[in-house]
Amino acid sequence: MALICHARSTAARHFMRGLYASNVIGRRNSPPIPFSSGGSERCFGSARAGESVSPQYDDCRNQVLDFPGGKVAFIPEMRFLSESTGERISCYRVLDDNGQTISGSSFKEVTREVAVKMYRDMITLQVMDTIFYEAQRQGRISFFLTSTGEEAINIASAAALSNEDVVFPQYREPGVLLWRGFTLQEFANQCFGNKSDYGKGRQMPIHYGSRKYNYFTISSPIATQLPQAVGAAYSLKMDRKEACAVTYFGDGGTSEGDFHAALNFAAVTESPVIFFCRNNGWAISTPTEEQFRSDGVVIRGQAYGIRSIRVDGNDALAVYSAVHLAREMAISEARPILIEALTYRVGHHSTSDDSTKYRPADEINHWRTERDPISRYRKWIERNGWWCDDVESEFRSSVRKELLQAIQVAERAQKPPLKELFTDVYDVVPSNLREQEQVLYQTVDKYPGDYPSDVPI
Amino acid sequence: MAMVLRRGISRGLVAATRSLSTSFEVEKSTREGKPINLFSAINQALHIALETDPRAYVFGEDVGFGGVFRCTTGLADRFGRNRVFNTPLCEQGIAGFAIGLAAMGNRAIAEIQFADYIYPAFDQIVNEAAKFRYRSGNEFNCGGLTIRSPYGAVGHGGHYHSQSPEAFFCHVPGLKVVIPRSPLQAKGLLLSSIRDPNPVVFFEPKWLYRLSVEEVPEQDYMLPLSEAEVIRQGSDITLVGWGAQISVLEQACDAAAKDGISCELIDLRTLIPWDKDTVEASVKKTGRLIVSHEAPVTGGFGAEISSSIAERCFLRLEAPVARVCGLDTPFPLVYEPFYMPTKNKILHAIKETVSY
Ligand SMILES: Cc1ncc(C[n+]2csc(CCOP(=O)(O)OP(=O)(O)O)c2C)c(N)n1
Ligand SMILES: [Mg+2]
Repeated sequence: MALICHARSTAARHFMRGLYASNVIGRRNSPPIPFSSGGSERCFGSARAGESVSPQYDDCRNQVLDFPGGKVAFIPEMRFLSESTGERISCYRVLDDNGQTISGSSFKEVTREVAVKMYRDMITLQVMDTIFYEAQRQGRISFFLTSTGEEAINIASAAALSNEDVVFPQYREPGVLLWRGFTLQEFANQCFGNKSDYGKGRQMPIHYGSRKYNYFTISSPIATQLPQAVGAAYSLKMDRKEACAVTYFGDGGTSEGDFHAALNFAAVTESPVIFFCRNNGWAISTPTEEQFRSDGVVIRGQAYGIRSIRVDGNDALAVYSAVHLAREMAISEARPILIEALTYRVGHHSTSDDSTKYRPADEINHWRTERDPISRYRKWIERNGWWCDDVESEFRSSVRKELLQAIQVAERAQKPPLKELFTDVYDVVPSNLREQEQVLYQTVDKYPGDYPSDVPI
Repeated sequence: MAMVLRRGISRGLVAATRSLSTSFEVEKSTREGKPINLFSAINQALHIALETDPRAYVFGEDVGFGGVFRCTTGLADRFGRNRVFNTPLCEQGIAGFAIGLAAMGNRAIAEIQFADYIYPAFDQIVNEAAKFRYRSGNEFNCGGLTIRSPYGAVGHGGHYHSQSPEAFFCHVPGLKVVIPRSPLQAKGLLLSSIRDPNPVVFFEPKWLYRLSVEEVPEQDYMLPLSEAEVIRQGSDITLVGWGAQISVLEQACDAAAKDGISCELIDLRTLIPWDKDTVEASVKKTGRLIVSHEAPVTGGFGAEISSSIAERCFLRLEAPVARVCGLDTPFPLVYEPFYMPTKNKILHAIKETVSY
């Protein structure tokens, strides 16, 4: 099994180089910019307007300040850090548009078995998206949201993790759960909120969760899962587990205070957590130019003291390799890692959204066709002789069949019983809720027509 | 010129499923208006606010293309991206930015996409907006601030698209909390909130955005804050509510009438500072009170009303004040019909109270 060629050295140096690009303004030999601060005694750019730097300050050049965090050099020039790095931070990629490995690319070798499972799960995710979306359109479920365009992120990141790694998802990462073994029936049960839904029908569709698969239940508020992932990671570290926490979030999520709190906490507590940002260009109707003016998300890791990498999110092998190495570094070095995957939200935000209102159809089509992560990856496994048309059509139709069957079963199943309305608010049902439960049963008795018949009383 | 409509308008207004009406005389001049729904009424109010005050701004997540509920449709095109704009996805940022903008003498009209997502902004609203004037001895204020946010059940919103967090904000001196029940009310109350020299949290009943339709005057008008409205006169029992719950209360009134019970229905409209006198006068007449809201019963604003009325009307009360409210659980998806303070739950409480 070929490990990433010199994982720590080559790959790590590779991405660090991008980050160390010069990012200061002001040339060494330019004269100090006049600055009328009323004769401040500080070394930084304190010459009065029109005056040259007085001799007593010449030593500044050679002085350093011992300061918490390390020595800081004094310089006589007044330099502001630039607001940009000039050139954008480059993006790690393994497969080119034709699904061929780029020569010289360093990546983690994938076994045939894993490679094929990755492809099958990407297809399964795609079929799930199509059929559940349709079911919502038919009014059979109340809401849905697809991962279209982000299948490689979903599946390849999951493939590079171990099932012991705990996941704190946003909501566009059902593929991680799929990879770990969550069945189509289990997905359908949640979307229909029936008695077999682990969430007991209490949350909207797509809010999956599974203790068995270490996948913390999805919560709609954006970015709240990020600092939680850090706390969980800290626990894994204290327990000396060979595992890390992984949290997923969108470009929009990086604007929330919780994102910043999480990165800072992770760095300071040296917690083994992978921050996986799906930068898909949009947060509902808000494009990333209106979300942030930094060079995306990856650059922010450095500001918090977090090792970071930008990857092509539509390249399954790049995502797989980056997450694999990130995981290794996170656990063995007890440190957080930030991954920014560049991708595109090909679908509408959700079934409540019509994205043609705010973005051009060309843009969507371009990503749907030319940048599709699944077909790119398929070219690669096909070239390896691991996949072909016949297998594909048979596989697709069997997933369709299985899913349609699962949906029928989920739809016919009863809802969770009424008593579950009152459980789990606390560990045991407190007196106020017992009382309300009694009153409710009487009301239902009296006005049965007001209540859905598929909820067992 | 804006005019203040005091109990002037609206009778027999067209309404959809959740029908609403008020029972006061109609002034001819103010009735000219098309039947529009609630989000369009909000949209009209925002157009007027931006039109009449060059220092007014509208911003929030996704407001640029019209907002996820279409309330800000057309505003960016009309007033430009400098006055109507998308913000980054950050509620604490939205609230803090709005406070600063307002503190510089502007009208900051901020949108929080769902009331369920207002909590990251809680610190800014509670510790900053509410205390801006008081802590500075009135050197500074952020009275130009209005935070709009859709609240309440929609039938399929689950935990995070259904909440009614008004009571949290009613517990904060320095804030006003306003909740309209219909398009006509929404437009007039929103314009008053925007122009009120105090920070206002304005919750919009999202269930009614499309459902509630009534004739709304096209011109600029305002409805008074801190004035409750008796929307139905009655003699046996007083019902108090606000927002979307008013239409449920109306249905309960109709059902009770069939049993010969005459209900007086009051829309509180402004929750804080609230119009105790109107409620007190009504309860002194009827001797009975029910308060109803979607938020969990424990610690809900109904508790405050109940307590105040018990203090003021103790000797006139014929029965304990009853509350028909949401359950003390998180807002549940499949159990929503069980959680809700339905017409029949209210009807049952009316009968129990009347026959106490
Ligand atoms: C705290 C909070 N504010 C607002 C929302 C409403 N909302 C749901 S998804 C979303 C956009 C998220 O965008 P992004 O993080 O980029 O994820 P994507 O949908 O692109 O995967 C918004 C604003 C929310 N769920 N939570
Ligand atoms: Mg996004």
